[in-house]
Amino acid sequence: MLKQTEGSRAVAEAVALCRPEVICAYPISPQTHIVEALGEQVKSGALVNCEFINVESEFAAMSVAIGASAAGARAYTATASQGLLFMAEAVFNAAGLGLPIVMTVANRAIGAPINIWNDHTDAMSQRDCGWIQLFAENNQEALDLHIQAFRLAEELSVPVMVCMDGFILTHAYERVDMPTQEQVDTYLPPYAPRQILDPAEPVSIGAMVGPEAFMEVRYLAHAKQMQAIELIPGYAEEFRGVFGRDSGGLIHTYRADDAETIVVALGSVLGTVKDTVDEMRERGISIGVLGIACFRPWPLLAVRAVLAGAKRVVVLEKSLAVGLGGIVSANVETSLAANTCELYAVIAGLGGRPITRASLHRVFGEAIAGKLAHLSFLDLDHTIVDRVLAREQQTRRSGPIAEAVLRDIAAVSGLRAKDQT
Amino acid sequence: MSYQPIKFYQTGTFTVGNRLLEPEDRSVQANMRRTNSLNSGHRACQGCGEALGARYAIDAAMSATDNQLIAVNATGCLEVFSTPYPETSWQIPWIHSLFGNTAAVATGIAAALKIKAIKGGNDRVRVIAQGGDGGTTDIGFGCLSGMFERNDDVLYICYDNEGYMNTGVQRSSATPPAARTATTMAVGEQPGNVFGQGKNLPLIAMAHGIPYVATATVADLHDLEAKVTRAMQIHGARYIHIFVPCPLGWGSASNDTIRLARLAKETGLFPVFEAEHGEVTAVSKIRRPLPVDDYLKLQRRFAHLFGARPRTDVIARIQAQADRNIRKYQLLQEAPQ
Ligand SMILES: Cc1ncc(C[n+]2csc(CCOP(=O)(O)OP(=O)(O)O)c2C)c(N)n1
Ligand code: SF4
Ligand SMILES: [Mg+2]
Repeated sequence: MLKQTEGSRAVAEAVALCRPEVICAYPISPQTHIVEALGEQVKSGALVNCEFINVESEFAAMSVAIGASAAGARAYTATASQGLLFMAEAVFNAAGLGLPIVMTVANRAIGAPINIWNDHTDAMSQRDCGWIQLFAENNQEALDLHIQAFRLAEELSVPVMVCMDGFILTHAYERVDMPTQEQVDTYLPPYAPRQILDPAEPVSIGAMVGPEAFMEVRYLAHAKQMQAIELIPGYAEEFRGVFGRDSGGLIHTYRADDAETIVVALGSVLGTVKDTVDEMRERGISIGVLGIACFRPWPLLAVRAVLAGAKRVVVLEKSLAVGLGGIVSANVETSLAANTCELYAVIAGLGGRPITRASLHRVFGEAIAGKLAHLSFLDLDHTIVDRVLAREQQTRRSGPIAEAVLRDIAAVSGLRAKDQT
Repeated sequence: MSYQPIKFYQTGTFTVGNRLLEPEDRSVQANMRRTNSLNSGHRACQGCGEALGARYAIDAAMSATDNQLIAVNATGCLEVFSTPYPETSWQIPWIHSLFGNTAAVATGIAAALKIKAIKGGNDRVRVIAQGGDGGTTDIGFGCLSGMFERNDDVLYICYDNEGYMNTGVQRSSATPPAARTATTMAVGEQPGNVFGQGKNLPLIAMAHGIPYVATATVADLHDLEAKVTRAMQIHGARYIHIFVPCPLGWGSASNDTIRLARLAKETGLFPVFEAEHGEVTAVSKIRRPLPVDDYLKLQRRFAHLFGARPRTDVIARIQAQADRNIRKYQLLQEAPQ
C-alpha cells in the first residue's frame, strides 16, 4: 500500500510486520522515532506477542536483545552515534555468540564535538565486529532492508545492522510502498534458532575459549559472512518476486557500464550523486555510480567487476579514519587488484555538512582533470583550519579546539562581510 | 514426668543434623535427586566459597522450579572456573555474555520466555542471573538497577568475595575497610582499603522496593537454600547477596571457608536477613557474639593489623562497624524470659 510517511515510522511499521518478540528502546536522536512508533504499536495492541522494554542504556538494550535472542525470541533494537559506541562491547558479543539480532543504526556523527547530524562514523566504527551491515539509499529501501535483514540474520545466525542516514532519511516524509502482512509472512519464515537456552536440552553458551579453538571460532564468523555474500543477491531476487520491487542486494550500479569515472558511495547521498552524474552525462562526460548496499561483508568481487573498466574511481565517504583517510576507499582498494586506475578518497558531509551538487560537480571535474588530491575533504574551509593551526603555533594555551573554530568562523565571516562593504 | 529437650548439632557448628529434620525441610544437597547443576570437575581453588555457594543456590533453584531453569553468568571466577572450552560444569542451560550486562541479559531471557509462554510454549521456565561482587556492585550496577527498577522477573545472585578475584584480587566497592588487595596495598599510614567508602548492595536493592532481598552465607547452607527456594516462589525482581570467602584472595586456609563465613555473621560484620518490598522481615540472630579479631586474624589480607605493633585503632573501627550492624539489624538473641 502506498503511503506518505516519515522514514522512521515506515521502518517501525516494517519491523512490526516482521513479528518481533522483544524490542528494546533507548532514546537517541535521530533513531528515537523508530522505537517510539514501535512502542505505540505494542501498547495499542497492533503488534501482539511482543515485549517492549524501556532499558536504562544502549549497553542494556543490546544485552537484553542478546538474552532474548539466546532464549529463542526475534529481537530488535535501534540506536545511533554515541549509543552505538556505548553498546559496543555488547555489539561485538552478539556477533561473537552468533545471535541473529536486527538493529537499525540511524547514522550520526560521533563526538567530541557533540553533533547530532548525519555521517557514517558510528556504523564504520563497528565495521569489523562481525555484524552484517546494510546501507539504505532511501526510505523505501530502509523499510525493505529490515525485512531482508531478519531473513538473512536468522538463516546465518549472524546479527544484521541496517544503516540509514539520520535525519536525511529517518525524518524525511516520503512516499513508500508498505508491504502487507501476508507478503512479509511469505518472505520471512518463523525464527528457528540454531542455539537456544532450553531446560529440555541444556547447553552452555559463551564459554571461555582458549588459543586451541579461538582462531577456528573467529574464522567461522568470517565464513558466515562469506556465505552472506552468496545469499544476499538471492534474497533480493526473492524479495522482488514477493514484493515486486528491487531492494537490497550487494551493490547498485547506475550508468556505470561504460563509465571511465565511477563514483562509489553509500547511503542517501547516492541520490545527489546520481543527479550530478546525469547532468555530467548530458555534457558527454563518461561517468557512473557504484552504490554499496552491503558494506559488511565487503562485496569484493562484485565491486571488482564493476570497477574493472574504470580509469578512475572517486570514493565519496561520510567518515574519516583519522590518521589514514578514507575507510570505504581502503575497502575499495582491496577490490581493485590488477586495475591500476586512479583512486580518490573524498571525505564529505561530516557532522551533517551538506553535500551539494555544485560541490560534487567541482570535485568530480577535478578528478577527471587529474587535479584532485588522492585524499581530499569536500568543502573544507582551509582559512579557518589555517588560522587555528597558526594560533596553536604561537600560543601554548590555545584553548579548546571546537570553540576556537567557532570563534574563527565568526571572525572570518566578519572579515569577509567587511571585504564586501 | 519432666524431660530435657535435646538438640543435635553437628560438631563445632550450629547446624542441626539434616537427618533429624522433616523430609520437606531437608537440604536439597542431601536429596538423591539433587541436580548437580554445577557439576564436579571444575577448576575452582580448594575451599572456594563461591563454588560452594553457587552449587547450593542453583540446585535449590532447580529443585524449586522443577528443573525449569536458565542461568546467566557474569564474567568472573565462577564463569571462568566452570567453563573452559570444551568442558562445562553446567548441567543446565547457561549463558555468559559479558562482565557488566548479566542482569540485562537475564531481562531479555525473561522477556523471551514470557512471549513463548503467551504463544503456548513452556510457561514454567525461570531465570537466574549470577555474578561476583565486582560484576554486581561495580560494572554491572547500571544493568542491575535497571532490572530492579523495571521489576523484571529475574532472581539475581551476587557471590560476594569482597574483591575482583578472577583478575588477581583487586579492590571492588564491596571490599571492606583495611583489607589488603592488589590495589589497596598494605603499606603506609593507613594500610589496606580505606574507611568510609563502598556500597551496601542489599540495602540499595531494597531501596528499589523489589519484592524480595536476602543475604546469606555459605556457613548456613540450609538457610541459603531456603532463601533461594523462597525467592523462586516469587515473581518480579529478586536479589540474594551471598557471602563467599575466597581462600586465595583473602589469604585464608581452604578449610576455614565455612568458619570465616560463620564468623562474619557471628561478629555482626555481615548481617544475614530477609526483606520484602524494602522492609526487613527477618534477621538471623547471632548466637554467641564474638569479637571481630577472631574473624580478622584468620586472614592474611588483615595481617598488617596484627603485626609487631597491632593496629588496635583500626580494629576498633571495624568492631564499631560490627556493633552498628548489631544495633541496626537487632542481631542479638533476645535473652530468654
Ligand atoms: C568490561 C570488562 N572489564 C574488565 C574485565 C576483567 N575482569 C574479568 S573478571 C574480573 C573480576 C571479577 O570480579 P568479581 O565480579 O568480583 O568476581 P570474582 O572473580 O571475584 O568471583 C575482571 C575485572 C572484563 N572481563 N570486562
Ligand atoms: S580465587 Fe577465590 S573465588 Fe576464585 S576460584 Fe579461587 S577461591 Fe574461588
Ligand atoms: Mg569478587
